[in-house]
Amino acid sequence: MSVLAPGSEAELAASIRSAWEAGEPLAIQGNGSKAAMLRPVQAARTLSARALAGISLYAPNELILEAGAGTTLAAVEAAVAAAGQQIIAEPPDLSALLGTEATQTIGGVVAANLSGPRRVAAGAMRDHLLGIRAVNGTGEVIRSGGRVLKNVTGLDLCKLLAGSHGTLGVLSAVTIKVLPAAQAWGTLVLAGLDARAAVAALSAGLGSPYGVSGAAFLPAAAAARVPALAGLGASAALVRIEEFADSVAYRTGRLREDLARFGRADLLDDATSRAVWRAVRDVTPLAGGPEETVWRVSVRPSAGPGVLEAAETAGGRGLLDWGGGLVWIAAPAAAAEAVMAAARAAGGTWMLMRAPETLRAVLPVVPPEPPALARLTRSVKAAFDPKGILNPGRLFAGV
Amino acid sequence: MIALPEPKAEVLARRDDIVAGLRSLLPADAVIAEAERLRPYETDGLTAYRQVPLAVVLPSTTEEVAAVMAFCHREGIRVVPRGAGTSLSGGALPLADAVVVGLMRLNGILSVDYADRVAVVQAGVTNIGITQRVQEEGFFYAPDPSSQLACMIGGNVNMNSGGAHCLKYGVTANNLLGLRIVTVEGETVEIGGAHLDAAGYDWLGLLTGSEGQLAIVTEVTVRILRSPEGARAMLAGFRANEVAGACVDAIISSGIIPVALEFMDRPAIHACEAFAHAGYPLDAEALLIIEVEGSVEEQDRLLGQIRTICERFDPVSLRVAQTAEESAAIWKGRKGAFGAVGRISPDYLCMDGTIPTSRLPEVLGRIGAMSREYGLQVANIFHAGDGNLHPLIMFDANDPVSMHKAEEFGADILKLCVEVGGCLTGEHGVGVEKRDLMDVQFTATELDQQRRIKSAFDPGWLLNPHKVFPLAAAAA
Repeated sequence: MSVLAPGSEAELAASIRSAWEAGEPLAIQGNGSKAAMLRPVQAARTLSARALAGISLYAPNELILEAGAGTTLAAVEAAVAAAGQQIIAEPPDLSALLGTEATQTIGGVVAANLSGPRRVAAGAMRDHLLGIRAVNGTGEVIRSGGRVLKNVTGLDLCKLLAGSHGTLGVLSAVTIKVLPAAQAWGTLVLAGLDARAAVAALSAGLGSPYGVSGAAFLPAAAAARVPALAGLGASAALVRIEEFADSVAYRTGRLREDLARFGRADLLDDATSRAVWRAVRDVTPLAGGPEETVWRVSVRPSAGPGVLEAAETAGGRGLLDWGGGLVWIAAPAAAAEAVMAAARAAGGTWMLMRAPETLRAVLPVVPPEPPALARLTRSVKAAFDPKGILNPGRLFAGV
Repeated sequence: MIALPEPKAEVLARRDDIVAGLRSLLPADAVIAEAERLRPYETDGLTAYRQVPLAVVLPSTTEEVAAVMAFCHREGIRVVPRGAGTSLSGGALPLADAVVVGLMRLNGILSVDYADRVAVVQAGVTNIGITQRVQEEGFFYAPDPSSQLACMIGGNVNMNSGGAHCLKYGVTANNLLGLRIVTVEGETVEIGGAHLDAAGYDWLGLLTGSEGQLAIVTEVTVRILRSPEGARAMLAGFRANEVAGACVDAIISSGIIPVALEFMDRPAIHACEAFAHAGYPLDAEALLIIEVEGSVEEQDRLLGQIRTICERFDPVSLRVAQTAEESAAIWKGRKGAFGAVGRISPDYLCMDGTIPTSRLPEVLGRIGAMSREYGLQVANIFHAGDGNLHPLIMFDANDPVSMHKAEEFGADILKLCVEVGGCLTGEHGVGVEKRDLMDVQFTATELDQQRRIKSAFDPGWLLNPHKVFPLAAAAA
């Protein structure tokens, strides 16, 4: 399969323009690190934004960074870390989970709207996406948003394209808000709770005045795969504070008192906290083989334990993030119906993150939309990509 | 003056039939068609523009909204949604041939769930009403536009409203989980729910801030947050705008993100002080109000660090509140800014551009020059942390020359915001007010792309059709 990797936005636009004229579908990617996700795309050619790399603007005192969509996430993270800042949504590196060696790009993270543990407190990638440049399905360059923190001018195409998985336009550059990284991390661990008690504890933490920035639950099997937690020999409910060092000490102390009714809470130090939350963020405790399916289910937090239980009953393994609202599941293919039914019953949504290609082609990788929304999906897709050449079928068959 | 589209003569001619049709769908008191009772709906917060609508309907349920929308769609009648009518950009300005759908009777808080930290509220619940309902449990709804006593959550969603505390808590879009909408065809659709992040397209993100162009919002699922232990403000006056701007930079660079970081220039300081007697330093050229959150000890520590930073910039005044009352006094002047300016000028235009924060001194300098050129006073209030600038242009609406100049002055300020890398509107929306400036910020291709999205939701352009998009583009 040939890969086009235009070196400028103008070349990107020209590539799409000629594909549009020829009515020729394109598989859209950065470095292809998310190729295992969602439905397989049938296209003779692949168009990559990987050559549109480089940080074009970084103003730490204005809390903004603009980069070409093909810039690796690692490069962006290194640049902001050097100024004591961070990407707010804490995007995950799912390479182990998805079984890939490819290095993800900032454009890919935005196009998939992937966020990590901090999402529950500080918002998703899409919440901090200030501006985009993209090329639509006819080869036109479209900007939305800009480089300022507050902007309600016109329809918000930033949010629409974030999470559209390259089906509406190909991002050429993104501008994101960044924030100072906290001086210190502290994590309370409550060992041995079942999922329901754990989520009740996580809710108490998130409902406290102490600014909890992460709240996750690892069942015993998942905790055993995190070196710092393996010694527990039990499940781990995790509550994180990121603050100035004095405040971490104060707030974890107060939280420990508040959570005492759920059990004893031990405090992980800064370095251990970072290692544990990296594992949660990257979902490494669930990494498995290519024959497994991996699901990302989003429900109201109190419904998380029920979804986890349904997946476990069907032979799967899981963990909870976002206070219980994000359920990561690794399961045999046969568990698919049980996972989708549990998500549906909880009024939530799902995304199939990894599965053998034959399954991905037939399963609903995201929930089918009710007729009115399905119509809007088709008409909005047509408003950007009238010939349906950008990542056709990636989210929904025939769209 | 900004032009409104020609009313459809055939719709005006059918007025009595249309009103009868609406009356067949709704309770008698929910349809307003008498001239004197329509008058209160002729304008919103942008009072320079007025237009009495064809009729006003006040549905009490989503089903009634759906029935009205289906009827209007079938009959080809334009619809203008309205919450509390506080829009400063004319977002709720009617058209002569349009039915105004007022959502104020949809005013119920349907559920509150503290464990999952969500509340489901109808569109006509006031912004403050959500916080009032949950504050006994120590929770609040974060976005706090200045109009929060009156403005309604449905309007907040449509305008993606901000507020003084969005530096930390984000704007409306960052605090929503779900919507119930009624499409232009009259179909009721659920978007999102009590969970985070959509799996398909981000309809929630697209609808938020869409200014009534895409659908009618009838219910909103919002995130509610636990209030911090406490909050306290400090005030710092400086000798020049540049110095205050540099101080803001230094605070942010230190790694401290205050929960609010407000900037007032000399005219704003004087107007607010005369009105509120908040103890603002009248010898300062620029004033910062800085607020932090946390326990008392945490507040002391952060305010101490910020104070040390401020001292490097030779402040003319530095006052750290020691109590909640002192904090409230510091905020009193800022929160009363609009009233304060209203007292010294018969009318004012409240502009709303955003600029890169580093360009503030230059932008204020150029606004000052424009003020002298136009012969109109201006006071500047600025959300310094996020670059959202609110110049208040003072004029006399009874004098057409003064009004025209004020509009020109405002347009020049917004063009300047775009020129320095910012945008036309940070939180008030485009509405009617900035509609004809959209091509300053966007290319024709970009506006066409947005119009095609509007057409995907509303092929007949019946929803609030005279807003956001330049009229020529809208007609194309």
